Amino acid sequence: MSMLELSQVSKVYGQGAAEVHALREVSLAVDPGVMVAVMGPSGSGKSTLLTIAGSLEEASSGQVLVAGQDLAAMSRNDKARLRRRSIGYVFQDFNLLPGLTAAENVALPLELDGIGARKAQQAGLRALTDLGLADRASNYPDQLSGGERQRVAIARAVVGDRQLLLADEPSGALDSANGDAVMRVIRTACKRGVAAVVVTHDAQLASWADRVVFIRDGRIIDQTVPAPGPESLLGQDR
Amino acid sequence: MSVRHALLALLSEGPKYGLRLREEFEAGTGEVWPLNIGQVYTTLQRLERDGLIESDEDDEPDSPQKRFRITADGEQELRTWLRTPPDMSSPPRDELVIKVLVALRVPGTDVREVIQAHRRYLVELMQQWTRIKEAEADRDLALGLAVDAELFRLDAVVRWLDAADGRIKRTAVEPPGRRDDLPRLKRKAGMAP
Repeated sequence: MSMLELSQVSKVYGQGAAEVHALREVSLAVDPGVMVAVMGPSGSGKSTLLTIAGSLEEASSGQVLVAGQDLAAMSRNDKARLRRRSIGYVFQDFNLLPGLTAAENVALPLELDGIGARKAQQAGLRALTDLGLADRASNYPDQLSGGERQRVAIARAVVGDRQLLLADEPSGALDSANGDAVMRVIRTACKRGVAAVVVTHDAQLASWADRVVFIRDGRIIDQTVPAPGPESLLGQDR
Repeated sequence: MSVRHALLALLSEGPKYGLRLREEFEAGTGEVWPLNIGQVYTTLQRLERDGLIESDEDDEPDSPQKRFRITADGEQELRTWLRTPPDMSSPPRDELVIKVLVALRVPGTDVREVIQAHRRYLVELMQQWTRIKEAEADRDLALGLAVDAELFRLDAVVRWLDAADGRIKRTAVEPPGRRDDLPRLKRKAGMAP
């Protein structure tokens, strides 16, 4: 079963002459363990796709399934619970709380969901360890570099049983080495079974994904086909 | 990469045998540029003839066991080469740019669809390079640098396609240019025959 499945999803803002079609009949399925990059210029609809996938906005038409559950059929409370427990978001600005350590920041979504502090802390530490960030656990955000903060934000997004990671330009403000480190962490999360959707305009960022989907004017116009192994490049005679 | 200067660089570390030079040259470039073994020995002969390297006199010519060392002239040549920028003043004849420019003039052609075909191909190549980076590049500095160079080069082409896409979208409502625009553009871009 796909972790995320969009079928014929459209999103229209405004009415009549002011009508804007942000998404037009977009279909997209992301399986567990897979990273999909949605690549397009600003205004192409890629961020709208992400907020609809994350149930932060509703589609005008079409169907959105998260872990097999139809968002349209869910109550407001059920959707809030789904967001708290199953979906992790990462934005360009890391949104870590400055008064909490990295481990406490990562544990926070679990505590907000009613899990006891000790258990939440343990899960937080585990998420940091899984992503190679254990040595940063007791640092406060202002003791971390921008790249480290973003990696902690990814740990927070996948803490507990969160199986869907939605990231909007996650390395947008970082230099290329830190951007790579962020993408490596997302890859690591995917290897542990997380399904990830990364929206970006940046080809270098997108090229970390298993599949790159191209979006233009609210439509998915194309996608990459699975590549042959890297040996095909290294073996080339120049 | 110039085999000549790569060999001088390897000999700048100390005297070496021909066979060892071949192995190190392959390893030193992260195996990205495989090398014909014949090229190593003929280049060594030429370097020796030019006085940039010298060998032990009693060894057989052409033997892989022949030992070479760099001369003072060779060291000077290497220093000069490292600091001489390659000629990048005139744009290379770029087949992709030409295809997009030609697509503008072919009736019934959706240029943005042409652009997308190239964009997808480039991103697929970048995915392959990124897999190499993910798997190995941190353990091998030379390979990491070579992969970065390739990724940045391909990324630059994708960015040009994105810019072209945006430019074509913005000008779609304007009437097409005159027939003689293409040769003029090509001359300007250094692509005229």
